[in-house]
Amino acid sequence: MAAEAISRALRDGALEGEHAPALTIKDSIHAPLGAFVFDHILAQLSSNISSSKSQAQLRIVDCYTDPLGWKSQLAESGIVSNRSTQNATTASLCKNARDLDMLFSSIVELGKEVIRETKGRFAVAIDSVSEILRHASISSAASLLSNLRSHDQVACLFWLFHSDLHEMKASSALEYISSMVACVEPISNTTNGKGMNSENLPLIEQNLGRGKFSVRFKRRNGRIRLMSEELHTEQMGINFVPAFEDYVTSQSLVPKVQFSLQLSEKERNDRAKVVLPFEHQGDGKPIQIYDGRRSVSESKTENKETNAEKMHVNEDSGRGEIIYIRDSDDEMPDSDEDPDDDLDI
Amino acid sequence: MMSSNSANNLLDEALGFNDECGGGGGGLLLLIEDRVETSGAFILHHLIKRRLSSPNRPNDVVVFLSFAHPFSHYDRILRKMGCNLGVQKENKRFVYYDMLNLNYPDGEKGAEDLLLSVYGKIQKTVELCSSREGYKNSTIMIDDISLMEVALCGSSNLVLDFLHYCYSLATQFDCLVIILNHEDVYSTVDVPSPLLQMEYLANIVIKAEPLATGLATDVHGQLTVLNKGICQGSGCSKSKIRNFHFRVKENCVEYFYPGSRT
Repeated sequence: MAAEAISRALRDGALEGEHAPALTIKDSIHAPLGAFVFDHILAQLSSNISSSKSQAQLRIVDCYTDPLGWKSQLAESGIVSNRSTQNATTASLCKNARDLDMLFSSIVELGKEVIRETKGRFAVAIDSVSEILRHASISSAASLLSNLRSHDQVACLFWLFHSDLHEMKASSALEYISSMVACVEPISNTTNGKGMNSENLPLIEQNLGRGKFSVRFKRRNGRIRLMSEELHTEQMGINFVPAFEDYVTSQSLVPKVQFSLQLSEKERNDRAKVVLPFEHQGDGKPIQIYDGRRSVSESKTENKETNAEKMHVNEDSGRGEIIYIRDSDDEMPDSDEDPDDDLDI
Repeated sequence: MMSSNSANNLLDEALGFNDECGGGGGGLLLLIEDRVETSGAFILHHLIKRRLSSPNRPNDVVVFLSFAHPFSHYDRILRKMGCNLGVQKENKRFVYYDMLNLNYPDGEKGAEDLLLSVYGKIQKTVELCSSREGYKNSTIMIDDISLMEVALCGSSNLVLDFLHYCYSLATQFDCLVIILNHEDVYSTVDVPSPLLQMEYLANIVIKAEPLATGLATDVHGQLTVLNKGICQGSGCSKSKIRNFHFRVKENCVEYFYPGSRT
C-alpha cells in the first residue's frame, strides 16, 4: 500500500551516501485532505520511532502564533498582556517567519536537543510550506528544504503543500527536491470547478471525505515507481483502501440510446486477435501480389482456397482476419507514415 | 419556509452553531462570498443581530471593522430588524471601528504599522471581555475584505497577515471571525487568488450566488454553505454542504429549499 511504503521509507531514513528522504504531500481546494495525510504520516512516524527506540519526543517550532512579531511588539509596548506569546515548554516561538536562515537554525537546534542523549537523527515535519511561501520566496524556501535534507543529522523530512495556491514553478521546484510526492486528488470530477449547482453538490461533498491518493517514488537509480489508492476520512483519522475503477461513473458517461455503442467482452477479444494487414508487421505468410492476369484455373484454385479459408474461418469464428493482396511490386509496403505529409499546401 | 426571525432557520442550521442563545462558533473563521448580482450583506446583518440578541451573555462583544459603510447605515438596517445598535454601542457590546476615515500612510511599512495598531485594539478589547465573568464568545467582523485591500494599497499579503492574526486570536479566546469578500473581484486574476487563501483558512464558507435561471421576483438567489466540520479530542465531524434559496424582505430574510415555497 502506498501510505505504508511512505512510512517505511521515512522510518528507514537516509541510505548510505544519500540525502534524507523527503516527502511532499500535495493537495488542492477541491480535495482538501492533505492535512489529514500529514497528521497520519506524523502519527505513523512517531509510532515507528517509539516502537524501535525510546519514547518519541516532539518539539515544535511555532510559526503560527506570532509569525511577524506583532504580538510581541504589542506586549512590549504594554498595549496587550504578555500571555498571548507564552507557549508550552516544548515550543520554540518564531517571531519572524520571513527569516528562513533563523528558522533553519531553530529547527536544527531543537533537533539536536532531542537527539542529544540517543545520538541518533531527527525527523522534520513542516505544516505547511504554503505558509512559508507567504513570507518568503520559492528560492529561499527551496534552499531551506535542501539544507535540511542534506543535514547529516536529519533522518527524514516531509511537508504539506497546497498546489493551487502557488504558480507551477513553485510546485515543480518542491517536487524536484522530494524523493516522494504524494498527491491527493478529487475522487469525483465536478462538471464545473467553480459553480455550485445541484448536480455538483453531492460530488463536492464526496470530495471532502474521499480522495485519490497517488504517490510517486524516485529511486536512487532514477527510476520512478507509482502507487495509488483511495483515502477515506473517518471520525478518528483516515483510512487507505486499494483503488478500484468506478464502474458506475464510467457507465453513466455513455449516452442512453437504442443501439449498442460499446463492445462486449467477446468483441473486444476478437478485435485484439485481428492481425493488421500492414506488410511490415507481417503474419509469417508469403506476401501475395495480384498482377491482374491470372488464369481461370488459378483463379478457381484460388477461389477453392478462398472458400476453404472461408469455411475455415467460419469454423473458427473466434479468429478475425483481413486478407490484403498488394496490387504490384511498385506499391511500397504500408508504413505508419502519413502519405500526405510531404504536401505543401 | 423559515424567516430569519424564527429561532432556527436554514442558515443557522447549516452553520451548526449549537448555542441556543445565538452564540457558538468559537475558534472559527466564517467567510461570506458574494457577487454583484447577489449581495451577501444580509448575512452579516443577520449574524450581528444573532450575536447581540442574547440577554444571557452580557459580556460578549461584536468588534466590527467597517471599510464599506458608515455606522448609520448598519444602525438603520438593524433597527428594522429589531436591534438597536446605538444602545449596544453605548453598552460597549458593539465596538465599531470606522476604517473608512482613517489616514492611510503611503508604503507597505506604514500600512503594516497601522494594521498592527488596529489589531492591538482588537486584541485588547477581546482580552478585556474574556476576563469578565460569564464570557462565552466574541465576534470579529470585517466588511469587507476587498475594500480593506484597496485601503492597504492593494496589498493582499497584509490583508492575509491581518486575517491570520485575527484567526489566532479566535482560537486563543474562542472568538468567531466573520469576513465578507466579493468573489467576482478576483475572477480575472491570473495568479493564485488571495480569495483561495481565505477559503483554505475558513472553517465555514457561505456563497451567495444568483440562480442558474437568472433573476426572479420571488427568489433573490441561492446560498451554499460549506461547513468543514470541527476536529476536537473525540474526533472530527464530517464536512457538509447545504444549498437553499433566499428572498430578502424589508425586515427579514426568508430561506427555503428549492420548490418548497407555496
